[in-house]
Amino acid sequence: MTRTRQWLYAWLLLAPAMSLLALFTHYPAVANLWHSFYSTPKGARPAVWVGADNYVQLAEDPIFWKALVNNFGYALGTIPASIALALLMAMWVHGKVAGRGFLRLAYFTPTILPMIAVANIWLFFYTPEYGLLEQFTKGLGFASHNWLGSQSTALACLMLVTVWKEAGFFMIFYLAALQSMSPHLAEAAAIEGASRWYFFRRVTFPLLMPVTLFVLVNAVINAFRLVDHIVVMTRGGPDNATALLLYYIYEIGFRFWDSAYAAALTMVLLVILGLAALFQFVVLEKRTHYQ
Amino acid sequence: MNATTHVYEPRGVARAVETGAAWLLGVLWVLPLVYAFWTAFHPGEYSTRFVLTAPLTLDNFVKAWHAAPFARYFVNTMALVTMVLAAQLVLVTLAAYAFARFEFPGRNVLFALVLVQLMIMPDVLIVENYRTMAALGIKDTILAIGLPYMASAFGIFLLRQTFKTIPRELDEAARVEGCSPLQVLWKVYVPLARPTYVAYALVSVSYHWNNFLWPLIITNSVETRPVTVGLQVFSATDQGIDWSIITAATILSVAPLLVAFLLFQRQFVASFMRAGIR
Repeated sequence: MTRTRQWLYAWLLLAPAMSLLALFTHYPAVANLWHSFYSTPKGARPAVWVGADNYVQLAEDPIFWKALVNNFGYALGTIPASIALALLMAMWVHGKVAGRGFLRLAYFTPTILPMIAVANIWLFFYTPEYGLLEQFTKGLGFASHNWLGSQSTALACLMLVTVWKEAGFFMIFYLAALQSMSPHLAEAAAIEGASRWYFFRRVTFPLLMPVTLFVLVNAVINAFRLVDHIVVMTRGGPDNATALLLYYIYEIGFRFWDSAYAAALTMVLLVILGLAALFQFVVLEKRTHYQ
Repeated sequence: MNATTHVYEPRGVARAVETGAAWLLGVLWVLPLVYAFWTAFHPGEYSTRFVLTAPLTLDNFVKAWHAAPFARYFVNTMALVTMVLAAQLVLVTLAAYAFARFEFPGRNVLFALVLVQLMIMPDVLIVENYRTMAALGIKDTILAIGLPYMASAFGIFLLRQTFKTIPRELDEAARVEGCSPLQVLWKVYVPLARPTYVAYALVSVSYHWNNFLWPLIITNSVETRPVTVGLQVFSATDQGIDWSIITAATILSVAPLLVAFLLFQRQFVASFMRAGIR
């Protein structure tokens, strides 16, 4: 094939995928920025240029700030816990623990269930009076507490659901890495007299670093992308205690139908995801393991 | 899959403690599911009373099945998942082939543009994509649920990595025999990448079976709602607080995926692993 024919061939192969990507990823990201400088069209009144008005509204909107703070708290509360548990789970089911098959299944099953179904199950678990948690705490003599209904505990309850669902997913990546690790490393370290903890700290953990970073980036994206359980369990309440950024965008965009303000809010989300991308690009791509 | 004979396997007391901890975590992890099954298979008055003699019943499932058009929701989900996967397999294969084995101007820029979707997923572009679907006149269709996901950056990336590991000699041998590039793709690359296709298919099917927020926004009728959205509509409006029925409906909605997972557990786990190693 001549060079130009090869070029043409490649472009034709790419055309279907690239045009769909352009239409549903690149265009919306750019159009979103554009629309965030306009007003929301209402009835016969078309959208008009309002400059930075939507961003001024955003800066003065206490619910937005609340959702942003909640979302970072949610990320900080769920990510390290899920990753630590995932690593622990992977170490266990990689070894020769009794009942390895059951444990692997138990840890992994929440991952394949829809978040919406998981949320339904946990909603019942947290229900005042009837729920299992209430039965348990009442049995221990504690006062009745509305876990999802009070500002102090609602977000923590949702974080627990997230950790439960995600740890098993991240475990898989650690497990894959552990299985590809050479057993000679452990043998060599044992001959040198390294303790188990020393071996983990100085050999296993550093070798798992690319996996940890990969999982970390995925976890950050998920923390800002997945709000299904909020829709089912709390609808952002009580008093916005569990409003996350994407959930707030959904409320503004599809319950109040204020698409212009929702576009401005989406820009904040895109900037956060962009920063995560930048982190991955700077830190991960340096590592040759990945290419 | 076998654990190698580790010199650092815990022994004695340490072993017992670790096994105990692993099992405690395992039991905690299945507890919510066991609880859900208990509630669904017992009459309402036993939903929080754990008596071994409690009678088993399928009543909750029958009631749930009749209370909402779950059969239709399942058909919608099946249609959605099949359509998305079929489109993804074609688009992703062609694009990955171009990136893996062709030299052309703009390759790096285009690849970077593909990778953008790994970070900025359709899940967060709901406002603009809703606008686009309205402009195209396809709101409230199954096509509209799947369209934003069909060109999958994850799939392109995964398959490109696989294609790159296939020896060029095979490619060249096929070309010497007079195969066109598309024939080479079909006869050499696609068969050799089969494990990757299986892995990708499982990940894609479970993702779209479980997807919720975008389908919730873009659908508005029984004829288009996938089962996740149907379940939410059902449990939020129709039932009040009859937990036995809601839980039965929940189990019903995940049953096909859960059964498939339990039957093909190894393949699922291996697939997710394969999809994660880049």
